Amino acid sequence: MRSLYAIPGAGALIAVATAAHAAGALEGPAEKQATNWTAIAMFMAFVLGTLGITYWAARRTRSTADFYTAGGGITGFQNGLAIAGDYMSAASFLGISALVYTSGFDGLIYSIGFLVGWPIILFLMAERLRNLGKFTFADVASYRLGQTPVRTLAACGSLTVVAFYLIAQMVGAGQLIKLLFGLDYMYAVILVGVLMIMYVMFGGMLATTWVQIIKAVLLLSGASFMAIMVLAQFGFNFEALFAKAVEVHPKKLAIMQPGTLVSDPISAISLGIALMFGTAGLPHILMRFFTVADAKEARKSVFWATTFIGYFYILTFIIGFGAIVLVSTNPAFMDAAGKLMGGNNMAAIHLANAVGGNIFLGFISAVAFATILAVVSGLTLAGASAVSHDLYASVFRRGRVNEVQELRVSKMATVVLGVVAIVLGIVFEKQNIAFMVGLAFAIAASANFPVLFLSMTWKGLTTRGAVIGGFIGLISAVALTVLSKAIWVDIIGNKTAIFPYSSPALFSMSAAFFATWLFSVLDGSKAAQEEKDRYEAQFIRSQTGLGAEGASSH
Amino acid sequence: MQNEVHKRIVGNAKFAELVSRRSSYAWMLSIVMLVIYYAFIVVVAFWPGLFGTPLVEGSVTTIGFPIGIAVILSAIALTGLYVRRANTEFDDLARKVIEETR
Repeated sequence: MRSLYAIPGAGALIAVATAAHAAGALEGPAEKQATNWTAIAMFMAFVLGTLGITYWAARRTRSTADFYTAGGGITGFQNGLAIAGDYMSAASFLGISALVYTSGFDGLIYSIGFLVGWPIILFLMAERLRNLGKFTFADVASYRLGQTPVRTLAACGSLTVVAFYLIAQMVGAGQLIKLLFGLDYMYAVILVGVLMIMYVMFGGMLATTWVQIIKAVLLLSGASFMAIMVLAQFGFNFEALFAKAVEVHPKKLAIMQPGTLVSDPISAISLGIALMFGTAGLPHILMRFFTVADAKEARKSVFWATTFIGYFYILTFIIGFGAIVLVSTNPAFMDAAGKLMGGNNMAAIHLANAVGGNIFLGFISAVAFATILAVVSGLTLAGASAVSHDLYASVFRRGRVNEVQELRVSKMATVVLGVVAIVLGIVFEKQNIAFMVGLAFAIAASANFPVLFLSMTWKGLTTRGAVIGGFIGLISAVALTVLSKAIWVDIIGNKTAIFPYSSPALFSMSAAFFATWLFSVLDGSKAAQEEKDRYEAQFIRSQTGLGAEGASSH
Repeated sequence: MQNEVHKRIVGNAKFAELVSRRSSYAWMLSIVMLVIYYAFIVVVAFWPGLFGTPLVEGSVTTIGFPIGIAVILSAIALTGLYVRRANTEFDDLARKVIEETR
């Protein structure tokens, strides 16, 4: 795999951010391992259980509201767990613990970046979203603006984010499963794709939510057990754990402070923006706010999600240090060259073996697989909703569509997306995809977030401003990523990058906000005036919840 | 009909109070979070050695660890603070606004 720590300076930032979140952690030539039957048995139990839930959910998924939002009847606590299950990917578990394993303190920097977007979502967006929206975030962005152009923009933003995120997850899934279960890459990708299609197509949001909740509970309990076992060995004394880690780690005391990862301040801030505001523009995350009954539950969701995700990152940190102490010192986990077997991303997996034996190793491997399924299901559902609700029902049919037709299109879209994801997952097997999750976050921060945020908070926003600004954000995020080291040098093979920073978000998000503002202010059309006049009604609804979509009856 | 309700809501002093109290609280907490996070990032980017200071004389544990964990806990605490006030005070106020304008 591409090293998490050997690339000096700025380039490492996005590589690590990406790695930590999905792809890089699981990328690169993974060696096929011996078939692990304990892990397969536990995973089979998970699959059977979730398919049972899907069967149950399928009988309750009759309307479009059921399909997109589980009828709006999920509680805040359940939704918080589901959001955590949607957000904590296998790679943030394996990638961040690997980063702590190799670099110590630096792992904490990324955990924090992934967490701090949540309070901002709560303070500035969650309740407005819930009060204004119905099924997708495009409902909110286009609330008082031109339906066709704004929904087209939102659907483009959603589908681009979903595509990059999904490819990264599929490739990561294939590599990880090959490593953990000894299954062929292609079969692993097909298996993930087929299961995700079944969950989403038959069980809609209800099945997806429960898959995410179960996965979150399994992951949090597994990680808690590992952290407790590590701390127990040191009498729950952190000083003793750190002292031992410093003693055995080749970097010695350097693991106790920030290393060389964040050496370029512009890249650091740009990455911070991508992580923070990208989270607030991820379509599969935003969609979860419509599954609860009202703004009160939406707020509770974010509180629980933040609590679980924060707790999880603290655990990951202890697990990384545990791996330094218990895995790196045990020759059983090293290959002939003295490196960790299967790569550094296996640190947490080996630690599971070290503290809980073969059975617990099987459990953690199965949890890692379940984690991937939960994340790709959420992404597929968000992509299918953008196609059926935004593009088909609202843009193509101009709202003249009945539920049966819309539901049929959403199921067809699910199958098509799933098949495309499988094909791309196979095509990209040997490609360098380290840039993809970073790009997905940058696009979410630059195309989705500015338009959505301004549509809820700024009266002066017009359709023209939103569409021009949103597309400028989308195009500049993609273009600057192509010109940055991750693609221009590492993939195309040029000597130096034209765009010197690792993350485009600082520039592309600023450009999107500026263009949206400028073209809205310059827009003197009659339509623009009407859009501004409609702001007051929208504002009242967003503040009081008056007229907001309620939970359906069940 | 709907316009009438909207006019009464906008004219209601409690609505103005709700909007100003909630938005000032939300923006204040957002700024606190941004300051905490970017202060952390700036130290990491410019003065990484600062976080390498031992927590107490002779300890291996550096001050960076409790500070990092504190940033995580502050994110949880700030969301908790907002939810507590919004789900009681702000929601009560919003309900009153709607009841009075019905």
